[in-house]
Amino acid sequence: MNDFLIVFTAVLLALLLQPLIQRKAGHLWSAVSAVNFVRKNGAFLSLYLILAVVAWMVFMIILPQLYMVDFSFRNNLPLAEVGGPKDVHTLKNYEYLIFGRETDEELLNWLHLSVFLKTMLASIFVTLLDLALCYPIAYYMAQVAKGGQARLLVLALIVPFWVNEILRAFAFRILFGTGGVINSFLIYLGIWDEPFDFLRADVGLYAGLSYAYILLMIFPIYNAIESLDHNQIEAARDLGAPWWRIHWRVVIPHAKPGIASACTMVFMLSAGALAAPQILGGPSSLWFTQVIYQWFNTGGNWPQGSAYAFVLLIACIAFVMTVMKIFKVTLGEITK
Amino acid sequence: MSADVELDHLTIRFGDFTAVNDAHLKIEGGEFFSFLGPSGCGKTTILRAISGFNDPTEGKVRIGGKDMRGIGPNKRQTALIFQNLALFPLMTVAENIAFGLEVRGLNKLARRDKANQLLDLIALKGQGDKLVSELSGGQRQRVAIARALAVEPEVLLLDEPLSALDLKLRQHMRTELREIQKRVGITFIYITHDQGEALTMSDRIAVMSAGRIQQVGDGNSVYDHPQTAFVASFVGENNPLMGKVLSVSTEFVTMDCGIAKVRARNLGKLKVGEEAYAFVRPENLKLSVGAGEGEGSLPSENSFTAPVLAEAFEGSVKLISLRGPSKKPIIASIPNTGDGQHFSQGLLTTVNFDAEQAVALPIGDLADE
Repeated sequence: MNDFLIVFTAVLLALLLQPLIQRKAGHLWSAVSAVNFVRKNGAFLSLYLILAVVAWMVFMIILPQLYMVDFSFRNNLPLAEVGGPKDVHTLKNYEYLIFGRETDEELLNWLHLSVFLKTMLASIFVTLLDLALCYPIAYYMAQVAKGGQARLLVLALIVPFWVNEILRAFAFRILFGTGGVINSFLIYLGIWDEPFDFLRADVGLYAGLSYAYILLMIFPIYNAIESLDHNQIEAARDLGAPWWRIHWRVVIPHAKPGIASACTMVFMLSAGALAAPQILGGPSSLWFTQVIYQWFNTGGNWPQGSAYAFVLLIACIAFVMTVMKIFKVTLGEITK
Repeated sequence: MSADVELDHLTIRFGDFTAVNDAHLKIEGGEFFSFLGPSGCGKTTILRAISGFNDPTEGKVRIGGKDMRGIGPNKRQTALIFQNLALFPLMTVAENIAFGLEVRGLNKLARRDKANQLLDLIALKGQGDKLVSELSGGQRQRVAIARALAVEPEVLLLDEPLSALDLKLRQHMRTELREIQKRVGITFIYITHDQGEALTMSDRIAVMSAGRIQQVGDGNSVYDHPQTAFVASFVGENNPLMGKVLSVSTEFVTMDCGIAKVRARNLGKLKVGEEAYAFVRPENLKLSVGAGEGEGSLPSENSFTAPVLAEAFEGSVKLISLRGPSKKPIIASIPNTGDGQHFSQGLLTTVNFDAEQAVALPIGDLADE
């Protein structure tokens, strides 16, 4: 009955307000249609675009993040005590990441801090490895390959990504495991007798992560290099430049925004990866996301997990901004 | 230092397509040499073969007497100026000019000195710290020349570098290029589809069509003594009249071209009975109004009557289109004397020309308009 009443009042209100709305509507419409964006896209499309983007930004990104930030400054309380006297803002979740428990012998919480540092360094390593692998491929596709070759290469790069991420990670396990393809083959060849534990040495993890983001590295660089006039490469060559100088002075400066955008994405995603470290990480090594996951899941301490996640996010953004500053790339260039 | 460039039976194929067919010529050191031809005639391919970006399929390219096979563009004593200039947009003007020196390991100070020296040469003194995008079209042109000259090449290759400029600037750059060439004294090899450029700047010109070199010679000989129908129709304006050779004397042939009997210089060693073209340039046609002094008194040769199709005013000259025997009108160019005389449409005119100013050549491909 309650629902019916709401609908009923709404309809009644609409009918009563209708003359008022109609009078105002004409005025409103002329104001709205004066906006360039509306004039270009039409009323319906602009409304949809605005609503979709706003909804996406607010509900999917801003609100959850704000909620998480708020969460990270609270105590982990049982449901009964939420809203009670103990439910106050506190810094202890952040304190814990840095200093650990007061009862600990060490001053700092080295266990988690080292995981955090290792994650950042390893992500930088994965990003650089990807860059080294993908820049030549992107250059080849953009400037060297003829039409058909380039298309075939793109296809060969994309098709493996139809395979699910988890499956791909397990495939790397099979490849790198002690009884895996690579070990069996090398033992068969007699390169070594004892299987080498690639997974313990994190080779599997780095390989898996690098491979996971290869497309995100290639395509922004490809786009950037493709827009380079081939004559510039030939001009540099004609003036006597060896290949490395052509890249150093002509191709890379031109592709810098693309390289920056690709590296940003790969770094962010590597630092935030969970599945690959979970499956491919060595038994003794942890990824920071795994720690966060543990807080949320097995630890059941959401505020603590939120604090960790927030620190990771801020650290990543700060790092990327710093690197962009050093290499003199602006955000505007990256989105070009 | 300047080097000579020799094309030794050079043939370049891309798959089934023959871009350059048996090009054989020698460009002397210090010469301003042009390859002239319509787009797609293979002239750019020749240039790229000299600079090292294309390999000969057959034959050889020799620079300074040395076979260039296997020597890359970065190892040749040539510098190429690209059609779109290909300046480096992320470098300053001075960095652009000094790029070749940077490659050769010169230090910053020496590079700066040389760049300033060249900026003086191209009249852009003090503009070395600007970005290329801040320069005008003509200035960029000069920067491209300076960048190429900085590496002190023995041969400078230019691929239609003036085509992007407007008319006035283009004419100005022609004289400037010629002056620069005289000053630096190196071999210039110039590619163009613009006969005006080729004729004004070059010591010698090679006219090309469909991968073949049709004729090599200085401007006068290419213009006045064409050896093929293509050269006659491509270099300068020309009116082709098709006909059959009636008689041959030592220097002249007489042809029956339908509208008239035509006597013309026999440049193609024509024989009686052959089909041939007689070419007369628009400026060599003399027009008079009316059908002459009655049908009977028409001179027996090199004269015919034709109605006017249109008149086009070009400033110093007027171009009169006349209805000829083929679909293409016959064009006559008469000096504008300012007497206000008009050749209105339909007016009947009598056309005369001297046998010395007409040339007869064997049938061959004509240049497309």
